[in-house]
Amino acid sequence: MSARVLVGVKRVIDYAVKIRVKPDRTGVVTDGVKHSMNPFCEIAVEEAVKLKEKKLVKEVVAVSCGPQQVQETIRTALAMGADRGIHVEVSGKDYETLGPLQVSKIFAALAKKEQADLIILGKQAIDDDCNQTGQMTAALLDWPQGTFASEVTLEADKLKVVREIDGGLETIKINLPAVVTADLRLNTPRYATLPNIMKAKKKKITNVKPADLGVDVSSRLEVLKVEKLKEAGRI
Amino acid sequence: MAAAMALVRGVRFGSYSIGRSRSLIFNSLQRRGIAACVDPSIGLTDEQKEFQKVAFDFAANEMAPHMAEWDQKEIFPVEAMRKAAQLGFGGIYVNPDVGGSGLSRLDTSIIFEALSTGCVSTTAYISIHNMCAWMIDTFGNNEQREKFCPDLCSMQKFASYCLTEPGSGSDAASLLTSAKLQGDHYILNGSKAFISGGGDTDVYVVMCRTGEKGPKGISCVVVEKGTAGLSFGKKEKKVGWNSQPTRAVIFEDCAVPVTNRLGAEGEGFSIAMKGLNGGRINIASCSLGAAHASVLLARDHMCVRKQFGETLSNSQFLQFKLAEMATKLVASRLLVRQAAVALQEGRPDAVSLCSMAKLFVTDECFAICNQALQIHGGYGYLKDYAVQQYVRDIRVHQILEGTNEVMRMIIARSLLTES
Repeated sequence: MSARVLVGVKRVIDYAVKIRVKPDRTGVVTDGVKHSMNPFCEIAVEEAVKLKEKKLVKEVVAVSCGPQQVQETIRTALAMGADRGIHVEVSGKDYETLGPLQVSKIFAALAKKEQADLIILGKQAIDDDCNQTGQMTAALLDWPQGTFASEVTLEADKLKVVREIDGGLETIKINLPAVVTADLRLNTPRYATLPNIMKAKKKKITNVKPADLGVDVSSRLEVLKVEKLKEAGRI
Repeated sequence: MAAAMALVRGVRFGSYSIGRSRSLIFNSLQRRGIAACVDPSIGLTDEQKEFQKVAFDFAANEMAPHMAEWDQKEIFPVEAMRKAAQLGFGGIYVNPDVGGSGLSRLDTSIIFEALSTGCVSTTAYISIHNMCAWMIDTFGNNEQREKFCPDLCSMQKFASYCLTEPGSGSDAASLLTSAKLQGDHYILNGSKAFISGGGDTDVYVVMCRTGEKGPKGISCVVVEKGTAGLSFGKKEKKVGWNSQPTRAVIFEDCAVPVTNRLGAEGEGFSIAMKGLNGGRINIASCSLGAAHASVLLARDHMCVRKQFGETLSNSQFLQFKLAEMATKLVASRLLVRQAAVALQEGRPDAVSLCSMAKLFVTDECFAICNQALQIHGGYGYLKDYAVQQYVRDIRVHQILEGTNEVMRMIIARSLLTES
């Protein structure tokens, strides 16, 4: 199979960190705070690498949008088995307002440029919980989507996806090229091994700017305020 | 989110928690994040941070949830250690051509420090295993390296280091286990004491006397389990380090092929000591991990426990105690990492620095863990709380791999002898 898979990996505040709201209430404190790869993105990378190990896809490309620091996240994906990385440089104000619409435009452009056959994303990021990027990307490309995937099987050029939905499990069959978003139970991400971490150093990460892809990253949304809940939410 | 929780009951794992493969619930170490001043990843390269992350994740997921059980039931966690070996932890500073990871002493220290937060006893054994694999890799000829190292690096086989005897601990060079040459075999007679892993491991790196009295008469041979004449004493009952069995190793006319000797006759003591230099850094690193974990546990407890109408974290005395603990932790970490770099570079101060690191760090970290136990009050004394296990497990670090008294001898000798 000559398929190429694009996997999106987002650098987010580590799940174990206690979040603090900035005093000016425009957002949360990110300076000096531990960041790591979004857990659902880890699951997405694992799925892509498994497909490669089964020889169903040829190349796994890890993509991340953000400032210099996201290269750490791309390196983690490379250490898990991705072949190369693409760093889409977005920094400063643009990065603070970067959201699913802009990211999905970037992914759509990259999918065409890299001639990808499959895009695997995490179903949502744990910082904004948007759950939109996968769906928007599919819409922009006019590709089928298999979201909330808990099982993915590649059969020739069709994808069988078992989705976790409110009513239970739904199995669909979609044509490639397609977008899949990973849910929690899709797989258990592997630990990077020491040799793979060292090999990852030699793998290439190419830099690209949104403008090169013809994407405007300005946001149509304005954050009015960010507040901490007085008490843990109860239903 | 609550609605989603109710509805996924029918699905495999049944509980919607991010990182269901991560035992968040049991590992309070990860819950609140790490204050910058005691953050062990400060000053590391990106690659070292990756190594450290894997080790911390492995410790949190595969070791910490079982550490109490392994201690109480005295389980030698073969499966968990083999999983660690799959990640490359079986021969961290062994050459890649025989299955090792080829990393530096500093990388190794960082990894053991992180693993130790999950279980000191198991990590300490893994470090001993690594030391043995390195000795064969470094001082063995190609046949020996290819015969033993790959299986050790994958932990298909486990190793033990046999130097101490009932009659020779600190005075290691006075060991009595004899190895008499008979044709193409050495016939070993004698016994070794306090051997970590003894009886459950497969490969024994044994220091024995092939020549005259003193260090120059000692050689190093590799003895495989199952060799006729090799037997073991009873499993010792210990205060800590319970996830590794400790037994006497007994040789009665045990015939070992001469081809199993590492290096030349008479080089055994030097090989043993060189192994120990690294071993001392590793043991100190294990103490560091325990102290790091204990500082975080103490801090968390202080933020939660209330007495006299306020949390313990408002008590200036305890704030100062915590500050002292953190300071000693960071000082210890710096010393160990420096010693690791010195050893890696083969600097002239390496041996003394390794001894200083072992001496200072094992003492200070024990004091830190002990103080953390005190901060926990009565709860600190219960086996339900991890802090007592850290205290019990690292107590022995002040004794083995060269007692802290012997460390002083080494340092004094280097100060008083002009080379």
